[in-house]
Amino acid sequence: MRRPKELPNKVDVAIVGGGICGCSIAYNLAKKGLKVALFERSYLASGATGRCGGGIRQQWSTKENILLAMGSVRIFEKLSEELGYDIEYFQGGYLVIAHTEEEVKQFKKNVELQRSLGLDVKYLEASEINNVVDVLDVEAIGALGATWCPTDGHADPARTTFAYARAASKLGALIYTYTEVKGFELSNGRIAKVKTALGDVSCDWVVNAAGAYATEVAKWVEVELPVEPYRHEILATEPLDPLFTPMVISFHDNVYFRQTRRGEVVGGWGNPHEPAGYNLESSLLFVKRFTKLLTKYVPRFKGVCVVRQWAGLYAVTPDARPILGPVEKVPNFIQVTGFSGHGFMVAPKVAEILANYIASGVEDPLMKELNLKRFEEGRIVREASVVG
Amino acid sequence: MKDKVVVICRCEEVTEEEIVKAIKEGYDTIEELKRVLRIGMGPCQGRTCLRLVARILRRETGKSWSEIDFPKVRPPIRPVPAGVFSVEEAEGASEQS
Repeated sequence: MRRPKELPNKVDVAIVGGGICGCSIAYNLAKKGLKVALFERSYLASGATGRCGGGIRQQWSTKENILLAMGSVRIFEKLSEELGYDIEYFQGGYLVIAHTEEEVKQFKKNVELQRSLGLDVKYLEASEINNVVDVLDVEAIGALGATWCPTDGHADPARTTFAYARAASKLGALIYTYTEVKGFELSNGRIAKVKTALGDVSCDWVVNAAGAYATEVAKWVEVELPVEPYRHEILATEPLDPLFTPMVISFHDNVYFRQTRRGEVVGGWGNPHEPAGYNLESSLLFVKRFTKLLTKYVPRFKGVCVVRQWAGLYAVTPDARPILGPVEKVPNFIQVTGFSGHGFMVAPKVAEILANYIASGVEDPLMKELNLKRFEEGRIVREASVVG
Repeated sequence: MKDKVVVICRCEEVTEEEIVKAIKEGYDTIEELKRVLRIGMGPCQGRTCLRLVARILRRETGKSWSEIDFPKVRPPIRPVPAGVFSVEEAEGASEQS
């Protein structure tokens, strides 16, 4: 996949941002025969995508997130084959631990909603947890129960992004890495041109897939997005023999961890006192808090070495749900941001929905429900199942 | 000599041949090679291999040293057992010493 040297005068769609959203949308549009140019100021997956935990979860508390995730899993299941590149997808399931009576009540409600939408998920009593992950110290972590969905899973986020970009490129999409977008030119209330480091390009549509930086991009045309960046830290251990297959997650402890197909344990802890901002530094506080939790959950991990830690940015909205689709003020400006820490896992379905809208004007009900307009209209339903 | 396998990244067992192939596919920065091949992501965190990778990259692309981006060094630099970090926190060592 070579970086093209020339910039055409005009494309159908210009995409700002080369993470999972930008690349999967580029692929879906190219498949429909549209001419696409994607601009990424660094390398592909250099932002939140390449820094994320790689989990793919369908267990959400709101219908829209459940449907986006279920639709994405159906795509992930065939994605390595479809794109001709191994994304290291693995359906090891997700085990969500309940620690309080309140959580038990909410989780049972979630399971009911998820099952009504066709998801294979069940509530487990504390005594059943070790049947799924035997290395967990159920008593020490104070688990009252858990929910378990075996078709959840994980994949390598950077490889998935590369896979989409390579396939898009083969279909004719132009992928410009290390090429910054500097601004937009408006004409009659629409974006007519995208100004890039390589020059200007005319376009019919612009997709804002700049993650936590999408607010800065939207400001160029005076669109305000209620999205704030929050640092989230994460680490990886040395590789171990296979010990457990699911992602283990707790909203109560704000923690998650999984074992990759290569054997490393990868996990994160969300600091509830983290201030908003673009800070990407690693902290000692994180590694201390996370390892304390990890070794409580799995005591035998005390001797396992931490190899590296890093950080990425959540793009957080007031209801922890993404902002999808056009904005009223600039109708050819498509937003795909604000995933609040779970963009990777829903991107395949989101890309399909947005590509359908751009190519044929189909307004998917999920896109309508998650449009920017919901904040003005007060249609806000908060997603409860987040590691914040 | 022709059939000799040259391992560049020992932690992740990546050969020179694989690196050259990836560069030819268009992954011509260390950051991209790291994500495609996992060079520098193992226990040594690139201390052994990244300079060698940079040399191969120069040879294959004609880039100058200043055009080669070395990835950020991630803490804790050398592998440290999880129990070392968690114990200090649990016993409040900094307050007692």
